[in-house]
Amino acid sequence: MLDILKGPIEAIQDFFLLTGRALRNVFRQPHYLDDIKLQMDALGVGSVPIVILTGAFSGAVMGLQMGRALQQYGQTGRTGTVVSIILVRELGPVLTSLMVAGRNASGIASELGSMKVTEQIDAMRALGTDPIQKLVTPRMIATAIMLPCLTVIDDFVGMFGGWLIGKLVYNLDFLQYWSQSWRALAWSDVRQGLFKPFIFSFVISLIGCFYGLRASGGTQGVGRATTQAMVAASVAVLVLDLFLGLIFVQSSSF
Amino acid sequence: MPESLLRFEDVTVAFGELQALRNLSFNVLKGETRIILGAAGSGKTVLLKTAMGLNPVASGKVFLFDEDITNKPEQDLFDIRRKVGMLFQESALFDSMTIAQNVAYPLLNQRANRMPRDQMEPAVRDSLRFVELEHTLTKYPSELSGGMRRRVAIARAVVTKPPLLLYDSPTAGLDPITAHTIMALIIKERDVDNTTALVVSHRYQDGNLVANFRYNSKSGRLDPSPDAAANTVYMVMHEGSLVFEGRQTDLESSKDSYISKFVKRPERDAA
Repeated sequence: MLDILKGPIEAIQDFFLLTGRALRNVFRQPHYLDDIKLQMDALGVGSVPIVILTGAFSGAVMGLQMGRALQQYGQTGRTGTVVSIILVRELGPVLTSLMVAGRNASGIASELGSMKVTEQIDAMRALGTDPIQKLVTPRMIATAIMLPCLTVIDDFVGMFGGWLIGKLVYNLDFLQYWSQSWRALAWSDVRQGLFKPFIFSFVISLIGCFYGLRASGGTQGVGRATTQAMVAASVAVLVLDLFLGLIFVQSSSF
Repeated sequence: MPESLLRFEDVTVAFGELQALRNLSFNVLKGETRIILGAAGSGKTVLLKTAMGLNPVASGKVFLFDEDITNKPEQDLFDIRRKVGMLFQESALFDSMTIAQNVAYPLLNQRANRMPRDQMEPAVRDSLRFVELEHTLTKYPSELSGGMRRRVAIARAVVTKPPLLLYDSPTAGLDPITAHTIMALIIKERDVDNTTALVVSHRYQDGNLVANFRYNSKSGRLDPSPDAAANTVYMVMHEGSLVFEGRQTDLESSKDSYISKFVKRPERDAA
């Protein structure tokens, strides 16, 4: 029984050690600013198309369903309120993080995994660089900056999608929809809507790096690491979302 | 007594249940070239990585330039690692960087070796000229052949002029002509810069070349020279243990069936 638990517990311990070292490196020389910029472009800007698509369609579908539900009470005009609250508080952060987890956790894991199995990580250490400082910390910082920005894009595009479908199907008024959406949001919604992706970003980038750096056994090992990273990051985002949601609801002043 | 550059004292390295190195002890003196022979999985690569502090050590002590590096934190190892150049088995070039960036990598990233950018380019060119690949500066590793990649990796290992070099299977998987070119480069590096080296191989003829030839800087070729043998030491590894350490003549006269396989029928064991 103990032997079965040994593997997962060791893995969790290794993950937290990696997290600790990656965070400590934020305050330690040398800083690889070029790598941070490069990763912000690759992980952040590169994710914009997929985030726009996700946002538009999730917003549109929500507008469609909410409009129909509200129609029963003759309140189709409130569609903007519902769409914006759900998007900003919950669906925007989670869907964006899931898409980014799918795209970037696996991307990071396969890149670092290939480097690991071809001894490039060892070569890096032999040539005087700490792979955590050079590879992990820049990816972590880049994701932490870019994921909240992507969430804002997703929220906005989602509201637009909701309006578009509302206009086409329920003939919603432009001004009414946007003023409802705007008025529905309190600062606390925006705060938690941006705090969540900030926390998720660490989980996504560090899980990707963790599985990549643990890869072994040639190309097959890299494939395995990629899949595991994507699954673990997506599940972690959903689990964390519930816990963060509970904290926010309990301390509603946040 | 020449100074000791690398010393293993009763070193054991384990990965889980598997003992990759068992109670290994040896001492590499300045000016020596060590040829490390052994079957696949006998611990040759682990030995080199342990010498660099890339693997955790289970017991025993490793001394690099008379400094105890056993299980030191990564940050404390960077200054001593800059005195060692390493050629990895599959070259381990960074495939997202050009050849010039690869060779410049240790100059940019090793704290003590960092140099102004205007001096960096000549150093990179010199190093690539040494392996006769000056024309590949702007290419990427994927555009080069296996033998060329290995030569670039040698250029990267020697660009900082380290006094100790570790070569992991420099000739593995190469045709005889390219393998000879690589060995000639290793001998050239030994004779031009007077470096100490550990060469892992499973080909006896690699060691034979190191022990009996010298680089002639005038003709640019290898000349037979028996005096190189005095500084060439052979080590034979078997399942993580050192089963032989000595000169070529002792190796050739060994009656041990495992050891003699590496001498008499190198072709059969090359695979």
